[in-house]
Amino acid sequence: MKWGVVTFPGSNDDRDTAHVLRSVLGHETVALWHKSADLQGVDCVVLPGGFSYGDYLRCGAIARFSPIMGAVARHAAGGGLVLGICNGFQVLCEAGLLPGALVRNRDLRFVCRDVTLRVESISNPFTNLAFAGDVWRIPVKHGEGCYVADPATLDEMEREARILVRYCRPDGSRARDESADRSDYNPNGSARDVAGVMNAGRNVFGLMPHPEHAADPAILGAEGGRRRADGMRIFQSIAHWVDQRREQASAGSMR
Amino acid sequence: MGRPTTSERPPVTPELAREHGLTAEEWERLCARLGRVPTYEELGVATVMWSEHCSYKSSRFHLRRLPTTGDRVVQGPGENAGAVSIGGGLAVVFKIESHNHPSYIEPYQGAATGVGGILRDIFTMGARPIASLNSLRFGDPSHPKTRGLVRGVVAGIGGYGNSIGVPTVGGEVYFDHGYDGNCLVNAFTLGVVEESRLMLAKASGVGNPVLLIGSRTGRDGIHGASLLASAEFDATSEEKRPTVQVGDPFTEKLLLEATLEIQAADLAVAVQDLGAAGLTSSSVEMASRGELGIELDLDQVPLRETGMTAYEIMLSESQERMLVVCEPARVAEIQEVCRKWDLEAAVVGRLTDDGTYRVRHHGAEVIAVPVDLLADPPALERPVAEPADAEVASEVLPEPGDYDEVLRRLVASPNLCSRQWIWDQYDHFVGGGTLVHPGGDAAVVQVVGTDLKVAMTVDCNSRYCLLDPYVGASIAICEAARNLVASGAEPIGVSDCLNFGNPERPEIMWQFEQAVNGIRDACVAFRLPVVSGNVSFYNETEGRAIPPTPTIAMVGLVRAPQPLTSWFKSAGHEIWLLGSSREEIAGSEFAAIVHGRRDGAPPWVDFRAEQALHQVVLGAADRSLLASCHDVSEGGLAMAMVEACCSVPDGLSMQGARIRLAEGMRPDAWLFGESQGRMLVSVPRESSSALRDLAAGHGVPAMHLGEVGGSTLELDDLVSIPVADLAATWRGAFGRMVDAGART
Repeated sequence: MKWGVVTFPGSNDDRDTAHVLRSVLGHETVALWHKSADLQGVDCVVLPGGFSYGDYLRCGAIARFSPIMGAVARHAAGGGLVLGICNGFQVLCEAGLLPGALVRNRDLRFVCRDVTLRVESISNPFTNLAFAGDVWRIPVKHGEGCYVADPATLDEMEREARILVRYCRPDGSRARDESADRSDYNPNGSARDVAGVMNAGRNVFGLMPHPEHAADPAILGAEGGRRRADGMRIFQSIAHWVDQRREQASAGSMR
Repeated sequence: MGRPTTSERPPVTPELAREHGLTAEEWERLCARLGRVPTYEELGVATVMWSEHCSYKSSRFHLRRLPTTGDRVVQGPGENAGAVSIGGGLAVVFKIESHNHPSYIEPYQGAATGVGGILRDIFTMGARPIASLNSLRFGDPSHPKTRGLVRGVVAGIGGYGNSIGVPTVGGEVYFDHGYDGNCLVNAFTLGVVEESRLMLAKASGVGNPVLLIGSRTGRDGIHGASLLASAEFDATSEEKRPTVQVGDPFTEKLLLEATLEIQAADLAVAVQDLGAAGLTSSSVEMASRGELGIELDLDQVPLRETGMTAYEIMLSESQERMLVVCEPARVAEIQEVCRKWDLEAAVVGRLTDDGTYRVRHHGAEVIAVPVDLLADPPALERPVAEPADAEVASEVLPEPGDYDEVLRRLVASPNLCSRQWIWDQYDHFVGGGTLVHPGGDAAVVQVVGTDLKVAMTVDCNSRYCLLDPYVGASIAICEAARNLVASGAEPIGVSDCLNFGNPERPEIMWQFEQAVNGIRDACVAFRLPVVSGNVSFYNETEGRAIPPTPTIAMVGLVRAPQPLTSWFKSAGHEIWLLGSSREEIAGSEFAAIVHGRRDGAPPWVDFRAEQALHQVVLGAADRSLLASCHDVSEGGLAMAMVEACCSVPDGLSMQGARIRLAEGMRPDAWLFGESQGRMLVSVPRESSSALRDLAAGHGVPAMHLGEVGGSTLELDDLVSIPVADLAATWRGAFGRMVDAGART
């Protein structure tokens, strides 16, 4: 399994993500530079968190024009896996690789804290090692993470099981009514508590929470075992899916 | 105000010099040394270099007394930041710096550029910043400016720190009417570097080119150092808003990566960031450190706008710029790195051997002044006078009737409630090394890729300092050290940010002298070096000075396998108090909130007792005896209990607790007094005898107070409140205070 982590000017979590993939997960991981269109044959491209190009215009609006994004779009069109985290999610929406958009948080303030997420769907490359209904604790840190899309798009994604994670209370419950005050568990006002969505081709996933910051046991072990490595399940799911596809392919070629 | 606009080139006269802020004596020294009347540009350059902010002319005489050496010290004061060894060939580089006046005038940009400035000080030395802290002071919450300042400053710190990808892992904030007219914003950053690769700002190599990299130079921030930072506020201060710079964290992020790449490839001889007084002070300081001359050609400086004069280019404080000296053969490589990061890199000058500071513009020489004249103005020994003792009322304060009610008031009060509203707006995860997040006694960050765990804290109780600046400053050192020890870390170095009023007033200089003595004595006792720091004078408005605020930033190294944390872990654990309690109510938050009293003597301080306490806690941490450890400070034992019950991170369950009163003490002094040198710890039952023996061995009193468990906090028969109630009040109070009226 080979990973590529893109560095845009202004990417901040690229080093952290690469550290987790390389040193904690133990996988081959290469840095991908925004000015290059060469993906170096990676199985999965990760667009990391940060403030690409300063995000002064609109989050992700400039990054989508960079040379690497042309290559990422071709990679995705060919069925290759793409994971967008936070700013990476914003870039994928701006690039049209994922539906919807991310706008200013409900409280108009940057928010950084642990949130609880419910895994909604597992038949996909990104959460296949979880059980549906699992509750994960993973931090968010963003000023523009409120997910919006028109109702038809949201309905379609629900029907096709493409909303992979939603914000929820620690016991996994959510408010029944969209108009209820959900500020106790939904950090940004996202429609239908969406935390992460997948494309119709089921190979591109974007989410606002940061799995790379809930992945390193050496870090999570402090504070009296406060955090579990829930974020690691996403990276492990991707690796598992890639391995399985490879086994199927080699089994097919032997036949 | 008769000041000419900076676009003109007026005749230089003694009157103009006075308007610039030069004293008659300084004017005479300048003319005498030059043997002529200075040019307009020379006057501007001398003014900023001799400003209080750049020259430390009032403080240098006193700062010499601070201890600055030690086994771990790699770089003491005099560079952009100090550096202390943490083993494994690595050093931490750190400094705390003020950005008070800009933040009061324009809170978002003032605070943001304060963060940008301290970050540059760290990566200028080749260290990658891994954590930031901040220490904030605001006026009374009811003052009309306070809430807007809090919201703007916090958003500005977050806006810059979050964007550049350095975690803000902790800090402190206090409210006091003494800061109504002058808030304080002190920013701290710590970075990590291989000791052998530390980059210095000492120019060397005659003929070597000088490059200016980063942002273009504009008309922003002209005279920030001399006008804004080196004069007190008055009714016209709002007019100084144009002297506040505007930050661009994106460009700083590029500058950070480019600078570290230049360092990694060993391309530079010396690097110096452009901060206060911009191109002037950075180039003068580099040349001065190397005892060389320098010549600059302003026609080569990339500009943001046309028609800028030499005066404006020299004094611009445009942010995100860096000066680099390299060997001639390296220029192309440095420009290549900058091109990779989409930054400009222009050769703007070269080093010379004649000790002269020369600047050319449009082909003409506009400045030719000896470097040493600009860099080394004489240190002043300003008059010092102890103010007459305030009359201390000797009546005995009445004991409160309803302790439940008192505790509820304290928990919701501005200086004791949880600061979560603030740190929720700071990215404290980025970097991937944060072990103990904001809200603990100290923040702890792992150096990723190693086992090294660095703890850091900022502390100062300025009420103690107002009552007795010597004792107050000593306590700031003691408390910072205690916060590190409570996290399982051994203190290894100090950076100080000394915020005071107008140094021309003898009673302010007395406060300063006393505070420096307090820091010195405490640091000598603890064998701690002060490796970097900053002095901010003129923090006063219309003659009213802030309370003396010598903010202490302290860094430690965690010895135990895991850092200690402050909250109670499990029902059944025993609660112990280490250290001596005295009947000390004066100067406490309790006295201020319940009795409206802010007078008297601050708590007793005993360096030996503090050190013995350190030994007990660190020894217990080494043997993994402690389940939790928390410093007892503002709000006394009662607040320490509240915090140990309620500061549990999300996702873990809160514990109640029950403790008994000590005999022979007034209950209010026992619960709310702020005696120093105390720690509240919890231990599994089977470890308590080992803890008791360890404490006895070091002569530290240890008292078994009670047990963890249940869902209420019970303080003898005086207080009984469900912890869920306390936690809701404690966590929500800050937001209720600063958001109230936000949308009106």
